[in-house]
Amino acid sequence: MSTLARFLPAGGPKPSAFAVRFALVAAALLLLAPAVLSDFRLSLLAKFLCFAIVALGIGLAWGQGGMLVLGQGLFFGLGGYCMGMHMKIVDAGPGNLPDILTYSGKYETLPSLWKPFTSAWFAVPMAILLPMAIAALLGAAVFRQRIRGAYFAILSQALAGAFVIVIVGNLSLTGGTNGLTNFQTFFGLNLSDPGDDRILYFVVAVVLLLAFVATRALVLGRYGRVLIAVRDDEDRVRFLGYDPTRIKLVAYVLAAGLAGLAGALFVPVVGIISPALLGIVPSIEMVIWVALGGRTALAWAAAGAVMVNWAKTSISEQFPSGWLYLQGLLFVVVILFLPKGIGGAVSDLRRVAARLPLLRGPRIAAAQVAAAAPKKVKEIA
Amino acid sequence: MTALLEIRDLVVAFDAFHAVDGLDLTLQEQEVRFVIGPNGAGKTTLIDSITNLVRPTSGSIMFAGEELVGCKEHAIVRTGIGRTFQKPSVFDELTVLENVDIAASFRLPFRSLLRRRRGMSAEVAEALEQVHLTAQAGDAAGSLSHGQKQWLEVAMVLVQKPRLLLLDEPVAGMTQKERLHTGELITQIAQEGTTVLVVEHDMDFVRRFAHKVTVMHEGKILTEGTVAEVQRNETVREVYLGRPRDARGAAEVLA
Repeated sequence: MSTLARFLPAGGPKPSAFAVRFALVAAALLLLAPAVLSDFRLSLLAKFLCFAIVALGIGLAWGQGGMLVLGQGLFFGLGGYCMGMHMKIVDAGPGNLPDILTYSGKYETLPSLWKPFTSAWFAVPMAILLPMAIAALLGAAVFRQRIRGAYFAILSQALAGAFVIVIVGNLSLTGGTNGLTNFQTFFGLNLSDPGDDRILYFVVAVVLLLAFVATRALVLGRYGRVLIAVRDDEDRVRFLGYDPTRIKLVAYVLAAGLAGLAGALFVPVVGIISPALLGIVPSIEMVIWVALGGRTALAWAAAGAVMVNWAKTSISEQFPSGWLYLQGLLFVVVILFLPKGIGGAVSDLRRVAARLPLLRGPRIAAAQVAAAAPKKVKEIA
Repeated sequence: MTALLEIRDLVVAFDAFHAVDGLDLTLQEQEVRFVIGPNGAGKTTLIDSITNLVRPTSGSIMFAGEELVGCKEHAIVRTGIGRTFQKPSVFDELTVLENVDIAASFRLPFRSLLRRRRGMSAEVAEALEQVHLTAQAGDAAGSLSHGQKQWLEVAMVLVQKPRLLLLDEPVAGMTQKERLHTGELITQIAQEGTTVLVVEHDMDFVRRFAHKVTVMHEGKILTEGTVAEVQRNETVREVYLGRPRDARGAAEVLA
């Protein structure tokens, strides 16, 4: 029975160790950051936390499920435009057209695409459900045909590219390359008021923490084990009686939902949603955050988004054109030397450290004392 | 006894080459059948076509009254057929326990799959016990030896409690002691009511544990019978002796 008991705690770190770490991060985000950061920096951090929500989804789909999602900009953008349209309508006030729709002179009243977004009860769920629905349609078609690897990656990327073309091509309806901007309010918050921006920061931080806890629970469940099995040998999983299409679909759809949620929060935080934020290049950047942070651990994937974007901002402030080169260099270094990202390197270091006798000293000494004790008793006797 | 598996006129063609060429095979409920034959006889292709790893070109495979040809792989497993592979394929990143646990959970509704595993279920513990991997339950499957991986695979299929178990060279690469244990395990599984089809090369193992043997040659059934009957059969001798590269196998079959 004692051997059985040894295996009773399910995989992963002990809950208590996790709870401590989670509490520390939550305290840093909810107490420390608002206390020490200026309004400007805090609002930047809110933006990065939005990106971290996208990264969580990529960590789930790519890190755990092996699906290289190179087109998350599509879902991020869908979420952003759903929220953006609603905010534009509210800002314009009842009966008035949002400024973006007046420029072309084509519309007297709200176009039918915009109309439903008048209601927050439609716009907010849509920001999450629409990306999920599109991911479900795409995923069902693609996974059933056993399209995977580079083919899947290219397909998902092409969709992000196509989405940008559609938005740019419908200038009068979408604002074209300028996107939607000039937002005044967000559910009663005044977006030009620093105090209200702080409230917005807390909203984003809490949403990220909740999304992380939910995604982590999914990954640690049986489903998460099966997802890893699908990632490592999809064909073998079929012979265990699971349909990999369904397993992959769930992770892919949830990743799309997280990206949509992030996009919806991004709009009030940053004040713009435009094609430049969600095309092919931004989509690849999203994957780079996760690759740098470490794709196999959700927390590191999310941390990657914050770290990379923080570095991008601070370095761009010093050397305006330096970041692109550094990002390229970083990516090469990580691929060559840290294939599992910073998170993977940290856990490798930990494993090495655990083997070092110096660090293990006290425990060994204690064990030796314990083992030697009976002998000594005998010797004395 | 009733027929559990009925294969009629099965043809598996890879372009012009017919790996299985008009094969008929009937397995009774609770039977243990060994399939032997020279290299390239189509033994593994037979198992692959039952589980739809390769798609049959024509013919019919009836399992418990259901046609399997055209069914998806996971649907076939869900009708109650389990298989192992020649090259042991387990999930290296998961622990031994997790490997068996996800195999055991394949009939759970999706909502219960979302929950975390709490401890070890009785079936999983029993399957691990049967293959002597209880002590390794917490180890990563990737750290097991070749023979242990094969056993882990057997545990993964046992825990699913299939009605028909297809074993593809289960003792390849095992030590003598491990072989003996595997043979006893097969006998025990059969006694508990599972129908077992074993593809095997090791004639010593076949002689020891087989009652009824089917000999395949060039995609067809050459003969069926007890081990002694098959050994006396003239055509079987010719098939093995006619091919120099199988001379060693022939010596073993005829010994």
